[in-house]
Amino acid sequence: MKTTSSDVGFNRTGLQTSALEGEEAIEGARQGIPSSPGDGSGILAVRADYAAEGDRLGTVPIPGTFKGLFTTTKELLKGNKPTVFIDKLGERLAFERTGVRLYEGALAKFDLHGTWPGGPSREQLEGILRDELSHFFLLREAMEALGADPTAMTPSADLVAVTSKGVPEVLADPRTNLVQCLEALLVAELTDNDGWELLITLARGVGQDALAARFQLALDSEADHLLLVRRWFTAGVTGEAGVRPEVTAPAF
Amino acid sequence: MALDLFKEKGVQLDRQVFTWKDLVQRPYSKLDDDAFTRVRVILMNGIESEAVRFQHAAARFSRRLREPLALVRRVEHHQQTLINWLNPPDQNAIETTLGFEQVAIEVTASVALKEPDPYLAATYRFGMLEDFDHLYRYSALYDRLEGKDPNNLIQSYSDIRPGRPTVVEHRHPLDDLRRPYDMRTAAPLSKIHAMLITAAEHQTHDYYMTVGPMFTDPVARQLYAEIASIEEQHVTQYESLSDPDESLLEKWLLHEVMEVYCYHSCLAYESNPRIKAIWQRFVDYELGQLHFVMNLFKELEGRDPAEVLPASLPEPIAFKSHREFVRRVLSQEVDLRSHGTEYVDKAELPPNHRSTLVAQQLNSEGSPSEVAAAGYQWAPGTELVKRIEGAVGTAAGRIQ
Repeated sequence: MKTTSSDVGFNRTGLQTSALEGEEAIEGARQGIPSSPGDGSGILAVRADYAAEGDRLGTVPIPGTFKGLFTTTKELLKGNKPTVFIDKLGERLAFERTGVRLYEGALAKFDLHGTWPGGPSREQLEGILRDELSHFFLLREAMEALGADPTAMTPSADLVAVTSKGVPEVLADPRTNLVQCLEALLVAELTDNDGWELLITLARGVGQDALAARFQLALDSEADHLLLVRRWFTAGVTGEAGVRPEVTAPAF
Repeated sequence: MALDLFKEKGVQLDRQVFTWKDLVQRPYSKLDDDAFTRVRVILMNGIESEAVRFQHAAARFSRRLREPLALVRRVEHHQQTLINWLNPPDQNAIETTLGFEQVAIEVTASVALKEPDPYLAATYRFGMLEDFDHLYRYSALYDRLEGKDPNNLIQSYSDIRPGRPTVVEHRHPLDDLRRPYDMRTAAPLSKIHAMLITAAEHQTHDYYMTVGPMFTDPVARQLYAEIASIEEQHVTQYESLSDPDESLLEKWLLHEVMEVYCYHSCLAYESNPRIKAIWQRFVDYELGQLHFVMNLFKELEGRDPAEVLPASLPEPIAFKSHREFVRRVLSQEVDLRSHGTEYVDKAELPPNHRSTLVAQQLNSEGSPSEVAAAGYQWAPGTELVKRIEGAVGTAAGRIQ
């Protein structure tokens, strides 16, 4: 690796780097009596006021085909809500599509910084990228078969993007190395694994057993990704720290 | 070191060129660079933003200046880009906001201390106390929304405590207007100061108007709306200090000398050598622009620029902590209120004063700045440190 994550330098954010000014700042804050009593709970109360007005992120689009519409309506008549399944399919689709871009970023970091003992090979990163792409296609196909629009952004797709919006930023930052990027990818893979688990449960619940079986294959490969990323990341950090990776790396 | 504005010609306008790579340089470090590097980057973005804004407005009022304005304005725009893009991507909107308020406190304090005209100096002190309060409100928001320590950005240079409470800063528009300096008698430094602080406040207003709607939390959205409103008042206040009888070309000339002065000040204090080189480059660019406008001033107005400009630049802006000065102003002037163009103690305001009514109306459904900072006292490591210490002190002796 050309750069490590934790070099020593003149970090100025802490109080110890400005000992004299720091004492003054603490004293100044102590002397400043707040102009209103209370605590941070007022922020939560205002949030609750706005929540009571009942706005939401958005809706799942009405299925565009007759077949899809019919299926949805039938489910609705039974008292079920098939739009939840559509919403979550849309979420996974969006996540996998973003995942392809994340691994493109990781490959670029690999080419720039290289790897380390116990770290990824280029082929392994490319393999995950291909898996993410094939999962994206699988979900697109599933949504089309159900009459849902695979190009729409569903509420859950939007939510998961907001939740993980820091992940692409870490990959895109030219100042981060591959070890740091793997930490961000670990966040993504952990979420992704749980996402597929849920999707399989939902697919079975709405009687889409064939789809559930295909999703299980996707989950199997995601489980492999998670183990790989975790192992590479651990080896990278323990390597930088000078701690023997074989002692701390999880078994694989 | 004094800079002779008439002898130093800088870089000629047609040699002030850029590439995309040059415009997007490596940013400063949020962790390792001095807080005043961030302060200078934010300030100079505001100065260039004002240059572009002023020159666009001027072009709409002058047929004969359209072409020269277009030529200079393109360079100013690229200077602004280069500077603004020095802000790092790991610095989020509230963090940059804390930097904006530190600019407003420390730069305005420096200006207030150097301003030769007592009325103008009083105006800077008045505005400074309000921005000082904004730093406190945003610090509380940052701590409570994100669980992060605002002092990581402030680096102990500025106090995080209430100033004139934001809740009482909302005024009737006519109580934001000030008496302008007289262009015939005012010191060049006074003219530079008025333009400089107007520029800083205007970009703050624009920034809050841009980032405010990006927050999810309603109090955050409200707080940005509330403080953006005060920044609009501040722009009204500071821009009214400039003599409206100055010609467009005279104002342009003053803008250019103000830019030279600001870059020269940055150069005097910068600790990051890479960014120091940028300040030097732009001192030279601005000198080139200044001489370009000096020639226009001679040709089109038939006047000698020496009537308007100082022979050499005044002492630079002091990019350092003004803690003692701010505390003194706070203890002596926090209760001042604006009554027309004058400052009076709050006890002297007539009942049902128009500004009191304006504030009452705006705050009638609650005050975001009061909610965000209710009971807030900054402590090293965030206010949660006090909660831990409190928990440790209980009979249970541990955090639940």
